[in-house]
Amino acid sequence: MSQPLLTVDNLKVSYPTRTGVVEAVRGVSFTLGKERLGIVGESGSGKSQTGRAIMGLTPPSGIVTADRLNFSGIDLLSASHKERRSLRGKRIAMVLQDPKYSLDPVMPIGKQIMETLRAHEKIDKKEARERVLKMLEAVQIRDAERVFQLHPHEVSGGMGQRVMIAMMLIAGPELLIADEPTSALDVTVQLEVLGIMDKLVSERGMGLIFVSHDLRLVSSFCDRVLVMYAGRVVEELAAADLKNAKHPYTQGLLNCMPDIGEDRHPLPVLDRKPEWAL
Amino acid sequence: MKTALSAKDLCVVYDDFYALDHVAIEVSEGESFGLVGESGSGKSTLLRAIAGLAPVVDGTITVAGETLSGAGRSKSFYRNVQMVFQDPYGSLHPRQTIDRLLLEPLAIHGIADSETKITRALDEVGLGNGFRFRYPHQLSGGQRQRVAIARALIVEPQVLLLDEPTSALDASVQAEVLNLLEQVRRDRKLTFLMVSHDLGVVHHMCERLAVMRGGKVVETIAAEALVKREFSADYTRQLLVASEGFRRS
Repeated sequence: MSQPLLTVDNLKVSYPTRTGVVEAVRGVSFTLGKERLGIVGESGSGKSQTGRAIMGLTPPSGIVTADRLNFSGIDLLSASHKERRSLRGKRIAMVLQDPKYSLDPVMPIGKQIMETLRAHEKIDKKEARERVLKMLEAVQIRDAERVFQLHPHEVSGGMGQRVMIAMMLIAGPELLIADEPTSALDVTVQLEVLGIMDKLVSERGMGLIFVSHDLRLVSSFCDRVLVMYAGRVVEELAAADLKNAKHPYTQGLLNCMPDIGEDRHPLPVLDRKPEWAL
Repeated sequence: MKTALSAKDLCVVYDDFYALDHVAIEVSEGESFGLVGESGSGKSTLLRAIAGLAPVVDGTITVAGETLSGAGRSKSFYRNVQMVFQDPYGSLHPRQTIDRLLLEPLAIHGIADSETKITRALDEVGLGNGFRFRYPHQLSGGQRQRVAIARALIVEPQVLLLDEPTSALDASVQAEVLNLLEQVRRDRKLTFLMVSHDLGVVHHMCERLAVMRGGKVVETIAAEALVKREFSADYTRQLLVASEGFRRS
């Protein structure tokens, strides 16, 4: 690999509040090439904040600092709002958790995807429409013409999430950040959506950051996994080596899940050590 | 063994939609019974129908020998059967202290000696007396779910209806709450009817389970059958495969 797609060095996100500064992310560093990276942690570990900071979606009240935050040669920290806006959607895209809330409820699906495309490329409506239909087919929506006309409330959760993926991939981004993309879906639908995402990511040679609370799911999907706790990366490991995880937090997370075929009563619980958060 | 709870030919209809379509289950006393299925399969509706929260148009529900009809439930039913809901952020009154929340069921059922009962209930779910005068927003998700369990247990029910009690919680907190539920079940010899979309959780907690889809029970099997793969419905197999995680084809 020549130059990494994304370099994150000592990323910090903090929120000043009346009762003091809340440090959501406290020095996260990693590099990403054309690979699948998983970021795992529990609620409040800073995993979503990391993704949002890269995307440039930290709310104005938050303070983002880093020694380096570089996306294919562009310094994201010194980039203007306008530059970042042109990156978002075009070169870096983000799939959010719940299509019910992240799609515009009063705009037909096709129109929404066309809007994304036409925001970044100068093409006429007819061509845009064709590209959208092709994209909808690529996420395995059979009746693309019909779905194009529908509003988000008329489709199921799994279909909504496929629409979301279509919308994010239509401009051909180089980096996709997926923030809990399947947590709101049923287990059976989950696998279908993951399968589609997996296929498109590998076909198009994108970098993927997969943010999730589900350690097992992430390790079965990604090449490399970062485990976060209290705003820091406590362990980084290849997904295949998950069983050899050394950090007690990672081991605890793996052990506390009830598993079919195992008989452990009571389940082992996580004994949170204060030194993990140091 | 005596039957604690049973439903026969149960139908719940919203307008023209059959949310439950002739569903039958039977749960013995002291048993833990699981309901699994995807969203819209009717698993939560079944629980709500038993609690009198869904419009039952046909069929019978029997709880502890008493046959229930319509949406009305007697006071003794509510003492006997309690429910724990999925979202601990939505199921506790935001303007009431934990003390007030726990006092309410005692007042409704005219149970005396509230002081010791509340202290004991909080102890039992692993929250000290220090939590007693806090508000729900001052607690974490896991702590709130403990309060919800304490509130259900304080009237000393025989049957607990659990509607996805841990799906809003982190994995490590889920383990704590599941352990707590197992503990109280053993101590009080409770009957559980537990809804979950997670086969792992249901296998861990329940002896038998019913797989539901589209308002119908696809099959009823023992939890052990999941390990040995002794089931007949293709849908059960799909659920089991899905629970094992992603495989690159």
